[in-house]
Amino acid sequence: MSSAGALIRAESDFHAPGPGSFELPPVVESLGVTKPMLLLVLSAVIVIGFTWLSARKAAVVPGRLQFAGESVYGFVRGLARDNIGSDHFMKFVPYLFSLFLFILVNNYYGIIPFLQFPSFSRIGFVVPLALMSWIVYIGAGMWAHHGPLGYLKHATMPGGIKGPILLLLVPLEFFSNVLVRPVTLSLRLFGNMFAGHLLLILFATGGAALLTSGNLLYGGVGILAFVLGIGVSFLELLVMFLQAYVFTLLSTMYIGEALAEEH
Amino acid sequence: MNTAVVLAAEEAHNPLLPVWSEVILGSIVFLIVLFAVWKFVVPSFEKAYAERTAAIEGGLSAAETKQAEADAKLAELERQLADARHEAARIREEAREQGAQIVADMRAQAQAEATRIVEHGKAQIEAERQQAVTSLRAEVGTLATGLAGRIVGESLDDEARQSRVVERFLAELEASN
Repeated sequence: MSSAGALIRAESDFHAPGPGSFELPPVVESLGVTKPMLLLVLSAVIVIGFTWLSARKAAVVPGRLQFAGESVYGFVRGLARDNIGSDHFMKFVPYLFSLFLFILVNNYYGIIPFLQFPSFSRIGFVVPLALMSWIVYIGAGMWAHHGPLGYLKHATMPGGIKGPILLLLVPLEFFSNVLVRPVTLSLRLFGNMFAGHLLLILFATGGAALLTSGNLLYGGVGILAFVLGIGVSFLELLVMFLQAYVFTLLSTMYIGEALAEEH
Repeated sequence: MNTAVVLAAEEAHNPLLPVWSEVILGSIVFLIVLFAVWKFVVPSFEKAYAERTAAIEGGLSAAETKQAEADAKLAELERQLADARHEAARIREEAREQGAQIVADMRAQAQAEATRIVEHGKAQIEAERQQAVTSLRAEVGTLATGLAGRIVGESLDDEARQSRVVERFLAELEASN
């Protein structure tokens, strides 16, 4: 901490939010159960409950709930068909649909009053999803190209390129297509949620600290901070959807690329 | 104050390093979601999709069949109507011709009958007249001869003369008529 930070703290007892704001104390001390863990479990209940209730009747003429569920389902299904192709996409629709809704619900926790914590600002929850996407697309590639070697050739040797350039190209392609993808998938989602939540608590707690500082000028800035915080909340609404969409879209594209006949 | 706790936690944990309990929990929770969606949700949605597609396509093809049937029926009826009109016209024409024919036939027949009756009548009258003339001539001759013989008192035995006298008498009679 800088001396300036120490100074502010000394004056107003305000502590600027940082990575520590994401280390919540356990709700159940003895089991180490934290709020994000409970939220994650709740998200499973919400996703399963919503999809099951909306899909249960499977009516030809859908009711409101079924229509809502089908809209989301049709959105992901269309995404999968466009990127994977109509031959194999149905195998991946359950995974992609679960993925999209699971991320969406957990992201929107960040903006729902009282919950107000996006689960995926904890990278521990993001890693399994990225790993699963990695396993799914690598597995699809191995299935489509007859084993690990066939897939490696498909993934690392762009069609039509021969000669010594391959010495350079193969490691690069391997690095970018096989190693980096799960990392970028994780970091993108985690980073957006982490930064978004940090911004929101900064505007909220900072605004509150300024308003209660007793200084009229600081109070005006505090109101400005609240207004900006509301603006950022709307921005976050968009980002939360976009990150769920991007994670799903990229997983879909990776699968489609792994299944493709040629580059 | 909390600050100390928070600061301690902040230094203890790098946010980029996953907490293993969270990784395990996240995996399990997501796999449960995936299982439920895979087993119950997606088949149900797909079933609804398939049924809807079938219903729409079935409805469309049924409508097309109905339309085609209706078109065929309409064409058939129109054809029948045209046939019937044609038939009616033909029958009318035929009847007109037949009527004219019948009228002509009847007229000819009546004409012939009338002619025949007239002819017959004429012939009969002629025959009767001839007969009457013949018998009258013979009878009148005999009567006249007898009468003249009686009046004159002389026998007109001479055949030739008698005959001549009668003829002359009759000729005068006819001339005076």
